[in-house]
Amino acid sequence: MSAAAHAEHDHAHGHAHHDEGFIQKYLWSTDHKMIAMQYLFTGIAMALVGGFTVYAFRMQLAFPGMPVPGYGRVTATDYNALVTTHGSVMVFWVAMPVLIAALGNYLIPLMIGCDDMVFPRLNRLSYQLFLLSAIVLMASFYVPGGAFGGAWTSYPPLSAKAEYNLTGLGSSMWLFAVALEFAAFLLGGINFITTVMNSRAPGMKMFDVPIVVWMIIIASILFMASVGPLIAGAVMLMFDQQLGTGFFDPAKGGDPVLWQHLFWFFGHPEVYVVLLPAMGIVAEIITVFSRKKLFAYKTVLYTAIGTGVLSFFVWAHHQFIAGIDPRMANVFSVTTLLISIPVAEMVFVYIGTLYGGSIRLTTPMLWALAFIAEFLLGGVTGIFLGASGADIYFHDTYFVIAHFHYTFFPIAFIGSFAAITYWFPKMFGRMMSETWGKVHFWGTIIPFNLIFIPLFLLGARGDHRRIYDYRHFPDLMKAGMQDLRILATLALLVLLAFQVVFLVNLFHSIFRGEKAAANPWNANTLEWQAPSPPPHGNFPQGLPNVYRGPYEYSHPDRAEDYWPQTEPEAAKS
Amino acid sequence: MIDQYVESISTFSGDIDNVIWVVFLIVGFWFVLAELVFFGLIFKFLAKPGVKAKYVSGERPEEKRWVTLPHYATLAFDVAIIVLAIKVWHDVKIDLPKADSTVRVISQQWAWTFVHPGPDNQLDTPDDITTVDELHVEKDKTYHFELTSRDVLHSFSVPVFRLKQDAIPGRIIKGWFKATQTGQYDIQCTEICGIGHGIMPARIIIESPAQHRTWNQSNAPKVADAAPTTPPTQLGGMP
Repeated sequence: MSAAAHAEHDHAHGHAHHDEGFIQKYLWSTDHKMIAMQYLFTGIAMALVGGFTVYAFRMQLAFPGMPVPGYGRVTATDYNALVTTHGSVMVFWVAMPVLIAALGNYLIPLMIGCDDMVFPRLNRLSYQLFLLSAIVLMASFYVPGGAFGGAWTSYPPLSAKAEYNLTGLGSSMWLFAVALEFAAFLLGGINFITTVMNSRAPGMKMFDVPIVVWMIIIASILFMASVGPLIAGAVMLMFDQQLGTGFFDPAKGGDPVLWQHLFWFFGHPEVYVVLLPAMGIVAEIITVFSRKKLFAYKTVLYTAIGTGVLSFFVWAHHQFIAGIDPRMANVFSVTTLLISIPVAEMVFVYIGTLYGGSIRLTTPMLWALAFIAEFLLGGVTGIFLGASGADIYFHDTYFVIAHFHYTFFPIAFIGSFAAITYWFPKMFGRMMSETWGKVHFWGTIIPFNLIFIPLFLLGARGDHRRIYDYRHFPDLMKAGMQDLRILATLALLVLLAFQVVFLVNLFHSIFRGEKAAANPWNANTLEWQAPSPPPHGNFPQGLPNVYRGPYEYSHPDRAEDYWPQTEPEAAKS
Repeated sequence: MIDQYVESISTFSGDIDNVIWVVFLIVGFWFVLAELVFFGLIFKFLAKPGVKAKYVSGERPEEKRWVTLPHYATLAFDVAIIVLAIKVWHDVKIDLPKADSTVRVISQQWAWTFVHPGPDNQLDTPDDITTVDELHVEKDKTYHFELTSRDVLHSFSVPVFRLKQDAIPGRIIKGWFKATQTGQYDIQCTEICGIGHGIMPARIIIESPAQHRTWNQSNAPKVADAAPTTPPTQLGGMP
């Protein structure tokens, strides 16, 4: 692989005359670290879009009919487009690129000790397709009819016919952007799996691979196995939209529920596609900052694989009341509740890892611990929805929204903040400010809970989803309900305001932060043996050899409380 | 728990509330326990100068026990929840009791049409009463509903009954309910159905037998007005 990658580099350098120009270095690079940065910063930019849309529609919910500062009056059409865009962007254009694409690209070659991905040009193409997909999605706001407003699940017949959704072009652009984005991640996933199979450093056995790398690999396999039906469904839906076919049109012999099966057959594994990398990030961080060996490494690995396999058999729990044969709900209720077991076991293992540790509450550690604390609530509230009898009431209410965000916010944001603050010294060769990091942490975690606990209560009181003005429903305007909506919106404003702290800290630290050593956290894994930031090719002193697993912290035979994977046995003190 | 906020007025709404209550107790207990252990460990094992962390692999059986025992407990509670949830699910969605009366519920962008059987209690007869955004039913009477849609997906939700069912064009989905008290409540559309999704409220009006009889008689079309040779029209039927 090295030879292939070098040939690729030489080729690139041939055009750039060794001193790479701006385009060659930042836009047309095949270096996995640069592609990771492209994904990361595109993901952050899209998070701003996702944040702005939620700002606009939450303001409408709290203060219906009032013009929203910076947006204007939110009409019913706007509201649907904003909700749809918020959901699509945060799942497909923020969580996926940051957690899988950016971190997978950045960490895999460094953590397994090689110089680049095995298919660097495929990698570059992956990002370019992704960027194109983001541009198509954003452009859909400016076409006649505006952006698609049929929810991020895009159920036909609403999504299939312009006469129903009134956004003929916008719906097709949304669909095209999603399909394109999946093609981009397929290319990335192929790269991740092949690289880890073939390019691990000498001596690195399967159980010496850091958990985060395993998690990204399992997630990539899940993604590749589940995305096929959805891309097929997307092509069928596109034909229905643009060519007037009737795959999902009952008047022409089609079935709208078919789309729901195809979508959720992908959509539920997708939850684990983003969950597992976040779980992996947490494993790396809690071991380093509690100076502990990971509790039961193999159990974590097997439960992750078990979760992945089981995740293919739960999809119809999104459709209990959608008109499927009601007996099917029995099967999917069972599988759905069973998946709580491996996921709960992973959480138990992480809590077990803290036992006997020497815990340092650095900013990345705070994020990692917050992930566990918050995700627990997201996990247990899923039981209400997996239990078919209870789901009849909760389906399509704010209870679902709150549950989903208690899983997804920890994954997409808490997990990403943990990863960014932890690997920042490696990525940019400088330290982030701990003080501002902690200010940002508390300024995010507290309002996060104040947004979504009210939404649990509203869901329990019967607030249904995707309604732009609750004043039409007398039973939903009872005492206190509007107060809860206002509380959630105010908490959101605080949360959004504190993200400015993060952005300032991020960019200030990139240019002005204190210089970082190669291994500022005294961690074991290979990326910390490379210089900070690692040059093109990663390990200038030669590719490393691996002698042991990644979590040998506080080993009784050693004076230091860490034991890098690269340190030969003889050098033990 | 739910009935403190949303009245519980169908024969099965109490059962659904019970499932929610049992799940709440079980997961609430585990959630609080897990968080207590979690925060307890963090505070107990904060770094102290000169104290090295323990070296525990977690692979030995006496260590692994701490994970496997909660794991079996999770399984046991899952099974209990599944049994309870599926029982209620059967009562609400699968085993329909014999109907005293049947109503037709037709959804479209963005209104509800309700076809009541009228004084003769038979659908598709000339005395059927058709209303928009207003469903009239009688207390303590078992109703079947026939739910369909004229265009996109909608969902027929009556929160006070704990009842919810998606409507699908081209299909008639049957379900049932039996109200236990009179009153007027929201009917919601809970599946996004386009720009008017937020303005698709309807009301269910639950009446006493006497009130319902009066409503039936004062609203039924005069049978004499209808031409006797006209075949019954299938209101809201699919093209």
